[in-house]
Amino acid sequence: MHELSIATAVVAQVEEAVRTNGGARVASLRLRIGELAGVVPEALRFSFGLASEGTVLAGARLELDTVPGRARCDGCGREYAVGMPPLLWCDGCARPLAELLSGRELEIAEVALMDASEVARVDSSDARRRDSGEDRGTPRAVSDT
Amino acid sequence: MCRVVDLRQAVLAKNDASALELREHLAARGTAEVNLLSSPGSGKTALLERLLERAVEAGIAVAAVTADLATENDARRLARAGAPVKQVLTDGLCHLEAGMLRGHLDGWLPADTRVLFVENVGNLVCPASYDLGESLRIVLVSVTEGEDKPLKYPTAFGLAQLVVITKTDIAAAVEFDAEAFHRNVRRVNPGVPVLATSARTGAGVDDLLARVLDCADGEPVHRPVYESASATRGTAEAP
Repeated sequence: MHELSIATAVVAQVEEAVRTNGGARVASLRLRIGELAGVVPEALRFSFGLASEGTVLAGARLELDTVPGRARCDGCGREYAVGMPPLLWCDGCARPLAELLSGRELEIAEVALMDASEVARVDSSDARRRDSGEDRGTPRAVSDT
Repeated sequence: MCRVVDLRQAVLAKNDASALELREHLAARGTAEVNLLSSPGSGKTALLERLLERAVEAGIAVAAVTADLATENDARRLARAGAPVKQVLTDGLCHLEAGMLRGHLDGWLPADTRVLFVENVGNLVCPASYDLGESLRIVLVSVTEGEDKPLKYPTAFGLAQLVVITKTDIAAAVEFDAEAFHRNVRRVNPGVPVLATSARTGAGVDDLLARVLDCADGEPVHRPVYESASATRGTAEAP
């Protein structure tokens, strides 16, 4: 379960980005995860919930883009989807594929930041919805922390 | 207002930076680090005991760090060979990280160490994602584990610079299909050298030590296809 270590690293890096770029809270973040990166998306999602608790990322929407593994053979020049488990050998040319083009990504692609006025607006509309009983059971992008 | 910030940062950037720093630090002091990865019970410790014994007999300065979630049993076993050994307890963490390893080496690793063996936590999933600044990454598998292990753990086997089969003295008894194993290794890591060993009979141990010493002398090691892609841009830039 190294997904918890990975989620903790994500939270630390995004906190740093919030400090650098200015912002009061994180609305959402998008990660790119290669299918060969050795990371289980569901485990990462669960770990992110724990790691983000009590931080400016609490309640942020986590978007995970899966990046397929692709490789190229120098012999025939073809590009392959390597599949899982990956086939990194070209049967046609009987030689190793020259290069893995993608599939090992483990990257924070982008972060959507809210400034203080946006946080206040979201919180007050959340509170209004709660008071009128509208949002019972509906998930929100931002929680009250 | 909501603002979108384009980050494009590798999640493990901090570990990768610590690993690079450790690699340079070890290279400057003439120490080669060997990272040993395998599942629990594959015989890492037994094989490492034999390697340390042979190295000590031959007068080669070696040292070992062994990582476990709990107990100091492995360090006690390894210390019998007479080389400096340090137990790292990860307190439940499933892998070693470069910064953590560095913290254990500073002030402990003898200055003349030629080869530092790092026995990672027994686990073929998590440790595969963490560069520890090693010069040689060895993945071990015992004949009892099944021929399809490389397909089940493609990241670990895909990144191996050397694959070592252990417990070959009982290969016949467990009907280990070496040909199928080699086929599966080639699928995820074509060209990686595979070495057969037995800690009990000593088969392959000298060969393995020789390969480790070649690497410490600066001989180039296998570069897996897996390594040609990076965590952020897809294809990595040529070194």
